[in-house]
Amino acid sequence: MIAFPWLTLLTIVPVAGALILLALSGQNKNAVRWTALAFSLAAFVLTLILWRHFDSSSGSLQFQERHAWISYLSVEYHVGIDGLGLLMLLLSSIVVPIAIVASWQIQQRVALYYSLVLILQACLFGTFTALNFFHWFIYWELSLVPAFFLIRLWGGPRRTRAATQFLVYMMVGSIALLLAFLAIFLAVKQFDFIDLAALAQNGQLIPDVVDKLAWHRFAPEHMALVLFIGAFLGFAVKVPLFPFHTWLPSAYCEAPTGTTILLTGAMSKMGVYGFLRILLPIFGAQMQVVLTPLLWLAVATIVLSAYAALAQKDLKRIFAYSSINHLGYCLLGIFVIVKFTGGDAALTAEKYAAMNGVFLQMFNHGLTAATLFWFVAMLEKRSGGLRGLDDFGGLRKVAPVFTGLMGIALFSSLGLPGLNGFIGEFLIFKGSFPLVTWATSLAVIGLLVTAILVLGILQRVFSGPLNERWIRLPDLTAGERIVLAPTIGMMFALGLYPQLLLGTINNTVIQMVQHLKF
Amino acid sequence: MLAWTIYISFLGAAAQLLLPRGSVALARILALLTALVGFGITLTYFLLHRTGEMLTVARVPWIPPLGIEYRLAADGISLTLLLLTGIIAITGILFSWNIADRAKEFFAFYLLLIGAVYGVFLSYDLLLLFVFYELVIVPKYFLIAIWGSTRREYGAMKLALYSFAGSAMVFIGLIAAYVAAGAKTASLGDLAQFPFSLHFQMLAFPMVFAGFAVLAGMWPLHTWAPTGHVAAPTAASMLLAGVVMKLGAYGCLRVAMTLFPLGLGPWSFHVMGLGSWRDVFALLAVIGIVYGALVALVQKDFKFVIGYSSVSHMGFILLGLMTLNQIGISGAVLQMFSHGILAGLLFAVVGRMVYARTHTRDLAALGPMNLNKVIPFAAVTFVIAGMASMGLPGFSGFVAELMILIGVWRAYPLFAVCAGFGLIVGVVYIWRALQKAFFAEAEVESAPPNPPLPPISYPERIGAMILMGASVLIGLYPQALLNVIVPALNSPLFEGLRKGSWQ
Repeated sequence: MIAFPWLTLLTIVPVAGALILLALSGQNKNAVRWTALAFSLAAFVLTLILWRHFDSSSGSLQFQERHAWISYLSVEYHVGIDGLGLLMLLLSSIVVPIAIVASWQIQQRVALYYSLVLILQACLFGTFTALNFFHWFIYWELSLVPAFFLIRLWGGPRRTRAATQFLVYMMVGSIALLLAFLAIFLAVKQFDFIDLAALAQNGQLIPDVVDKLAWHRFAPEHMALVLFIGAFLGFAVKVPLFPFHTWLPSAYCEAPTGTTILLTGAMSKMGVYGFLRILLPIFGAQMQVVLTPLLWLAVATIVLSAYAALAQKDLKRIFAYSSINHLGYCLLGIFVIVKFTGGDAALTAEKYAAMNGVFLQMFNHGLTAATLFWFVAMLEKRSGGLRGLDDFGGLRKVAPVFTGLMGIALFSSLGLPGLNGFIGEFLIFKGSFPLVTWATSLAVIGLLVTAILVLGILQRVFSGPLNERWIRLPDLTAGERIVLAPTIGMMFALGLYPQLLLGTINNTVIQMVQHLKF
Repeated sequence: MLAWTIYISFLGAAAQLLLPRGSVALARILALLTALVGFGITLTYFLLHRTGEMLTVARVPWIPPLGIEYRLAADGISLTLLLLTGIIAITGILFSWNIADRAKEFFAFYLLLIGAVYGVFLSYDLLLLFVFYELVIVPKYFLIAIWGSTRREYGAMKLALYSFAGSAMVFIGLIAAYVAAGAKTASLGDLAQFPFSLHFQMLAFPMVFAGFAVLAGMWPLHTWAPTGHVAAPTAASMLLAGVVMKLGAYGCLRVAMTLFPLGLGPWSFHVMGLGSWRDVFALLAVIGIVYGALVALVQKDFKFVIGYSSVSHMGFILLGLMTLNQIGISGAVLQMFSHGILAGLLFAVVGRMVYARTHTRDLAALGPMNLNKVIPFAAVTFVIAGMASMGLPGFSGFVAELMILIGVWRAYPLFAVCAGFGLIVGVVYIWRALQKAFFAEAEVESAPPNPPLPPISYPERIGAMILMGASVLIGLYPQALLNVIVPALNSPLFEGLRKGSWQ
């Protein structure tokens, strides 16, 4: 146990960076860009230090800091990470530098842009480490502000509408979430996730709530369901789950590509993280009650978004829908875990597999989607903003390295064995299939459609006759190759040696699954 | 030493009049120094006495035959509001840095108003309190009538008449209480101990409460507020919304509720589901919250949006008071502070940063000016102030409104739902104003304004930083104020209230 407040320091670093950038706003743009990159890399180094000191043999919370804060509301400052938290910190600190590099060509109000990016990073760190609803919610809500302005001020032609739609969806979800937690707080005077989870596991939470709120007209089960749905909405919109996803394609598409990287690579994980950290331990029993509809939603998310991606012409939109599809697998993996409770050893092993798969999938999707959007950004830079599926053709001939590396990222997204995307999806399917066969079988359609999608992109953009217009399209520069190399390398490393992350998360997974009893 | 906040302000006001003709810069600096000293005194006192209990500051016989004393005292609630007054006074002067027309008189009236406000928050003798309370009305009338804008005579007169009507009700109630208690003392503590008959309290409570609530902008007696705020010059609207409206809420809690706690008890009958004055005022507060928010939603004038939002937020304070539980009332006091800061900030953006430059407050006319590029600092400030005002976590409004809502939920679950609806409308109207005023995308990129708008000056920047900092500080560490508010509410003064239906 290290007494040093590492996690707080980690959250402060990007905030400090943002303030310094604002002070630099008059300076030359490159100074601003490099400063932003330096701060994001500093945060990355800090997470590496955390990882090094993290005790993988334990699935419990580590690096905890707990201080009294607002005693009248029983609010404490409580942070801590387990394998899940650490994984998310790693992901965010990888995605943010990528986003910063991918936004290099932004010319207007550079300092403001990068300080918003760093504030968003601080909110991400805060969300992934906070264990008390109060400050967790501060980060959760506050993350909307930089995201909104990044879309609103630097976005594409239809940015106003996209940003507004994004904000309204998120706000509605957050308010539902807030109300659910306020109701719980009124009854049990607790804001702490860990304490609430303990109450829920003992079966005390819901009787307490029903008792104190004195809504006797409501049967306890119904009361519990209402609270669950409130909290569920908040996370389902964020991930997003069908049918709450309609904000996503336009937001991802209109946002400047660097911001899209942040949205898909890191922010969407906030929703999945919420499912794992909050919904599953606190509302596991309610999830079990409505499991069948939830599974249908997950399957619909997976299959419909894959088909929707197939119907798009704009690369950004394609990857946006494909993101929904990939996160759908995570939700499928989470939902199947509550299907059976109890100690059957064979089923428990499947649950471990599914949950490990969910964790890995979160990380892998973050990495892969960020890289894919990064390629889109580089393509846009070369084509002057064009990114339609039919605008190109035969790029393989003029930009072979670009084609090769983007091909790797595309195959990783498809889940080709040997690349990082494979192992997460494989574990989810392996675990889910014995638990809920029908839903898993239907979800396989999503995999097939994604395969068609990826091959289609390769064919229409990179193969075929060369579009004369792009005869002078430059290939990746040496600089771009160097900054891309670690990302692509990581895809291979994780694909070939998933133990790298599995070793860190496995004990957390075991502990999480074992704690689920209702 | 706390008493010097009053004297310093009055002395500062007098000194303004002695300044040589035409010394505008000197007048500003003198005013700023006066405000700084006043705030410094309060802050020192606050840091030295963080118990929240009622401590007497000054005590001199005044009219001995009538038992009336010049007696000043402060507890945690007064301290909270004194701090607020100090902050608003300083920032108000920073945002009036551009006043050149009759600057000496402006600052003299301004400091007079500040001194009187300090006086109200410090008075322990009811007659003294009333004297200061009346004294507030005079300078605010002149501030609006002389330095105001749109329909200033109308706004000033309306505000003065409403204030006088409210004070008249308060005065009758107070005199009646003084006489009923034997005309021996007007001290708040003694009168609060006096066992007035139930019948008397049932009559006196609504009169005094409503009298003070006029100034707190309680629906339907709120109509002076939006017109007054809009007509007032920036610093005066900051003071009006930030501090003067708090005087009303403070009076409701400090005078009406402590003197006549039985007046809050149930009648023996129900009228339309309402069974006590408490129910009546709670209902009016909720109507104020929702009505204020909905009206703010359809305003065309930027300043009216903020004016009506004040009505809505003040409704939360009154509703919090009517919960009669500790969390609700302490939330209400915290909201007095929070709304004071935020209303000040919002009026500063609208009145000083935007209107003083563009000379229009029409949202439709502001849109094409592309203000987020022209004066980005104003846009950023409004975004932050708006977030705080809509109750985003991390800012003072969130904690205060959260505590009030928790209290209301225990007392009136249905009203909590309505107030929650008001909050959601609050998000929408701030949002709408933000979009229309700062981020409206012009169809055609309009030419930059000619002559170009002057950039945001340093006094404005510093003022905005102070207010934003205060809101974030209290949002992240509300304990700083709650530690003095809660013990104050547990002091003997509020015993009658606690004995009643305190939960």
